Amino acid sequence: MDEPLVSLKGLTVDFDTGKQVVRALHGIDLDVGRGEAVGLVGESGCGKSITWLAALGLLGRTARVGGEVRLGVRNLIGAPVAELEHVRGGRIAMIFQDPSSSLNPVHRIGRQLGEALRLHRDLDGASAAAEARRLLDRVGIADAGRRLNDYPHELSGGMNQRVMIAMALAGQPDLLVADEPTTALDATIQAQILDLLGEIRRDSGMAMVLISHDLGVVAENTDRVCVMYAGRIVEDAPIATIFGAPSHPYTQGLLAALPELEGPRRPLVPIAGVVPEPSNLPPGCSFAPRCGRAIADCERAPPIVARIAGGHRVACIRA
Amino acid sequence: MTALLEVSDLVRKYDVRQGAWPFGRWATLHAVDGVSFKLEAGRTLGLVGESGCGKTTTAKLVLGLVPATGGEVRIAGERLPPMGSPQWRALRRRMQMVYQDPLAALDRRVSVGRQVMEPLAIHGIGTPAERRERALSIMDGVGLAPHHFDRYPHELSGGQRQRIVLARALVLDPQLLVCDEPISALDVSIQAQVVNLLLELQQRLGLAYLFISHDLRMVRQISHEVAVMYLGRIVEQGDPDRLFSQPAHPYTRALVSAIPVAHAGRRRRMVLAGEPPNPVDRPAGCAFHPRCPFAVERCRSEMPVLRTLADGRRAACHLAEALPRSIAA
Repeated sequence: MDEPLVSLKGLTVDFDTGKQVVRALHGIDLDVGRGEAVGLVGESGCGKSITWLAALGLLGRTARVGGEVRLGVRNLIGAPVAELEHVRGGRIAMIFQDPSSSLNPVHRIGRQLGEALRLHRDLDGASAAAEARRLLDRVGIADAGRRLNDYPHELSGGMNQRVMIAMALAGQPDLLVADEPTTALDATIQAQILDLLGEIRRDSGMAMVLISHDLGVVAENTDRVCVMYAGRIVEDAPIATIFGAPSHPYTQGLLAALPELEGPRRPLVPIAGVVPEPSNLPPGCSFAPRCGRAIADCERAPPIVARIAGGHRVACIRA
Repeated sequence: MTALLEVSDLVRKYDVRQGAWPFGRWATLHAVDGVSFKLEAGRTLGLVGESGCGKTTTAKLVLGLVPATGGEVRIAGERLPPMGSPQWRALRRRMQMVYQDPLAALDRRVSVGRQVMEPLAIHGIGTPAERRERALSIMDGVGLAPHHFDRYPHELSGGQRQRIVLARALVLDPQLLVCDEPISALDVSIQAQVVNLLLELQQRLGLAYLFISHDLRMVRQISHEVAVMYLGRIVEQGDPDRLFSQPAHPYTRALVSAIPVAHAGRRRRMVLAGEPPNPVDRPAGCAFHPRCPFAVERCRSEMPVLRTLADGRRAACHLAEALPRSIAA
């Protein structure tokens, strides 16, 4: 197999709250290949966003990050700020859930795009303006030339997300990390944005990590899914396997809790209990207290991630 | 028999200023523009649509929290009295609201038990000891334990907080719950818990729900009937299974096909061009025509009325009979 584009090895994050140190991420191993689309799903607090914020050095000072993030020959963890600044936006770009709070409300769209182009591509003046117009055009904003003079509040949520995508593309990244990019948008606009991301990926061969709580969004837009629970990856498999033959009881539970839009209505099967607090994880497998198939051994030690088939990893001794 | 809730030709307009003060000209925004429906006791009407389509305004109009500009709301045959009047207060016992964000709907400084008892105190029902007993029994009914009584909202999880909001709404023994996106703020595994609880409560207490959500899958799970709104009007209404599997209105069709499916094997998607228009600038004719791939000349000039089709559902589209129904096409 080819060398992966980005490789996370044993990535850990600890937050120092002053009173105690809480581990939020318990050793994430994840490879993203060139041009691959990987989905990261899980419920709030499972660590799916933290993983990539940590990888790009975007967590605050209270966070202690361990492990490795390999990009080519470099390890980003502990890398000097200048090097990280080159990687962020240049090699790996990130977009977030709420576009209007990611854009600066007091600057025009054109100026914000121009800043990204100056930092990552050394473009200035007329060449930057022309490229900004091309990028807005690329993300499907009509009348791009005039829109460059607009402020974020003059655009709708969907339009602002297109602007964010244009800014992310400004640095011609190899990997786009999209953190819940459509969660704040309406259904018909979500469909437009996801289509746009797919189209850009087909044209540019850019890899994508799609972070979402919505299994449907991930199913339709990625090749492979990692399911996270309480700071660990519990299952990692191609789309068809995750949705056709999931192995981890948590993945199975998530799918059973989801109603269908077609076919007969069946009663939903909720997962009992709640997600544990990171500061108060149960011993052994974090999912064991909510798991219908748990046995005494599950509480002994956190299960090791085992490869059960080509490209299918599961962290469960009962799988 | 008269329906528990009957809404006819409900209208709510707002005067808004377009452009910067003091130069902008005044314009009229039709938040809700002629909405009619009936809801029987023990049944659920799902209200779906994108943000700004008038779902929440409709909910507030139903409870009398916002006065209507036109049309009327009848509860068990009686006209809704004006907000704040003694008659309105008495009627509000029978209809309660459940909001999206339980933490915002609860008072963080007041213990769970006191918040559940508060409606009883407001309406002067029972002695303090009786209120406590009633609150504990309602909390038990929604799956909260007695030890939650003295806890504070921040000590509980999102799902438990939504149960408190439900307990507080149910403590007065209402007949109608208006639920505005009650599960949108919850995680997937918790959403299923709350939806199952709502279904069980309906069975046990004979509650009627006006269930507002943008999540079509959850709406189908819980509703006996669904109404789809676009720019302040109902564009399609009927049985949820039929409506979502064979939509008659192109907008319903677009909404349904926009939903990503959580299994392998993708469907063809109808991606709409453009965004919902500004409700101040309603397009002439059918409000959906600028985004509709099937629009013909008539759609640009003549506004379609909501009419009953051969299969019993209602749709507001000139071409409802002529369009293909299958999503898979």
